[in-house]
Amino acid sequence: MSWPEFGIVVLRVVLTFALLLVVTVINVWAERKIVADMQSRIGPSRAGPWGILQTVADGLKLFFKESVVPRKVELGMYLLAPFLAVIPAFLIFMMVPWGQPFMIGDYEVALQGADLNIGLLFILAMSSLAVYAVVLAGWSSGSKYPLIGGVRATAQAISYEAAMGLAMVAVVVYSATQGDGGTLSLAEIVERQTGTWAGFIPRWNIFPQIAAFVIFLIAIVAETNRAPFDLVEAEQEIVGGFHTEYSGMRFAMFFLAEYINIFSMSAIAATIFLGGWNGPTFETVLPGFISGLLPTVWFLLKTYLIVFLFFWLRATLPRLRYDQLMTLGWKRLIPAALAWLVVSTIAIGVRQFGMPWS
Amino acid sequence: MGLIKELLKGLRVTGGTMIRTITGKEMVTIEYPKEMREKPQRFHGRHVLNRYPDGMEKCIGCELCAGACPANCIHVRGMDNDPASPTSPGERFGYVYEINLLRCIFCGLCVEACPTEAITMTHLFEMSTTNREDAIYTRETLLMDQQGNVPHMFPDDPLADQNELDAADGWLRATAPSGAAAYEGIQMWQGTPGPADWSAEPSQDIRDASSEPDAADG
Repeated sequence: MSWPEFGIVVLRVVLTFALLLVVTVINVWAERKIVADMQSRIGPSRAGPWGILQTVADGLKLFFKESVVPRKVELGMYLLAPFLAVIPAFLIFMMVPWGQPFMIGDYEVALQGADLNIGLLFILAMSSLAVYAVVLAGWSSGSKYPLIGGVRATAQAISYEAAMGLAMVAVVVYSATQGDGGTLSLAEIVERQTGTWAGFIPRWNIFPQIAAFVIFLIAIVAETNRAPFDLVEAEQEIVGGFHTEYSGMRFAMFFLAEYINIFSMSAIAATIFLGGWNGPTFETVLPGFISGLLPTVWFLLKTYLIVFLFFWLRATLPRLRYDQLMTLGWKRLIPAALAWLVVSTIAIGVRQFGMPWS
Repeated sequence: MGLIKELLKGLRVTGGTMIRTITGKEMVTIEYPKEMREKPQRFHGRHVLNRYPDGMEKCIGCELCAGACPANCIHVRGMDNDPASPTSPGERFGYVYEINLLRCIFCGLCVEACPTEAITMTHLFEMSTTNREDAIYTRETLLMDQQGNVPHMFPDDPLADQNELDAADGWLRATAPSGAAAYEGIQMWQGTPGPADWSAEPSQDIRDASSEPDAADG
């Protein structure tokens, strides 16, 4: 690898990292503001215009606060858990292509942290790893409520990961018919969603895979431990669950990880179902710089549509009971995802190869 | 399917509320220090000790307010007036008058108990202090001056609003001070300088007859 190539890899990672941090800061504020609007309140309004710097103020406050370590904790795991939460959260978003590649000199810069050919698999692996953070934090705190939260997290994550993975498989199978062979690379999946059907319907995977999209949406809400599936945190029953014993910067890291996960999971949904950064760029009328940035705008718009849904659900739905959570996961979503996988695969096969007897 | 219908119903409620809030049609909270709500006329705020128009103190040091106080936060000691230059028109006057506002529950029973309307309540409620001594209001702070102006504990505070001190709470008694229902609606007491310059309560039958909501009810 030559030096310029190395520089471009660093540039890609730094750009992706910066985008992720900026949108996370905005998301924390946006959630509070949107939920406030839904409850006829004002929401944060003091720090900066419309309170947009509220997250920065909160972050600074947490940074300077003492991180109390309770006496009964299992110290190594206790200190490790927040990092285990943040690192997979960052790594997941590294897979997501968030803009059109552009050229610096002779080198192409893809706006994506890294384009792994096993991108989707990597995402599933990392989102499973993130569960370890919650479980270890709950267990190592040496306290009852965090332990309950951690135990809940294991069961919940396993149930909903299955549904999430199956929904992804259906998309991957469909996507394989759209280009040359199957692929798990997110950049490739986005590439295959360019163009339109009949001139006006974008070739997004959501249209042929609508059921998979709905299952995926429900699963990612559960996977990121958000309301109405936030049994892991559940302030009202188990006082914050796994992060009860965390304070200061260590708590802030869990908090950060949660919001990064919301954004990156929404970004993945937008990428594999809503065509990623695909969208009209108006190259003929707009200057090159703006039309080059437009794909990023489309990507953010689609992602924020789903992020908004997260906030909307949180403001609307009460928390599920534990057995309801399990029922929804195992008795509804997984069978539905399996059935959809079979049906959609058969349909794709028939379209591609004709009837088996013909 | 019923579940999905219920889900959409819920989303419609929150979504509708959001649109109404953003377009400014509905907002429950206000940005308090910037804008303040209209207080009801009978708002129970900080106390004030009144004077007669001639400058005499109304308090006669009878300690009925202290006796009526359910929180035991009023401390009064009376003293005989100097016959040459009396402080109050009666025999005695309250030479110690302290209210511990940390204990006060702002029920207004002291106002009801007072036979001379010496103690009334104002609309001031921003009284937070940084030490407990400042929360015990003494005669110096409670008593209005000869011109009828009520001293503010923290006149330099950005929230200090003299109008709140000049606006007194409504007259609380259901009947006239004499207690006789026949005097309902008749102002039986002297107007004080400064606050307490309100008109008499309309009698019960007048209020029942008018369909409009009574402003005094807030």
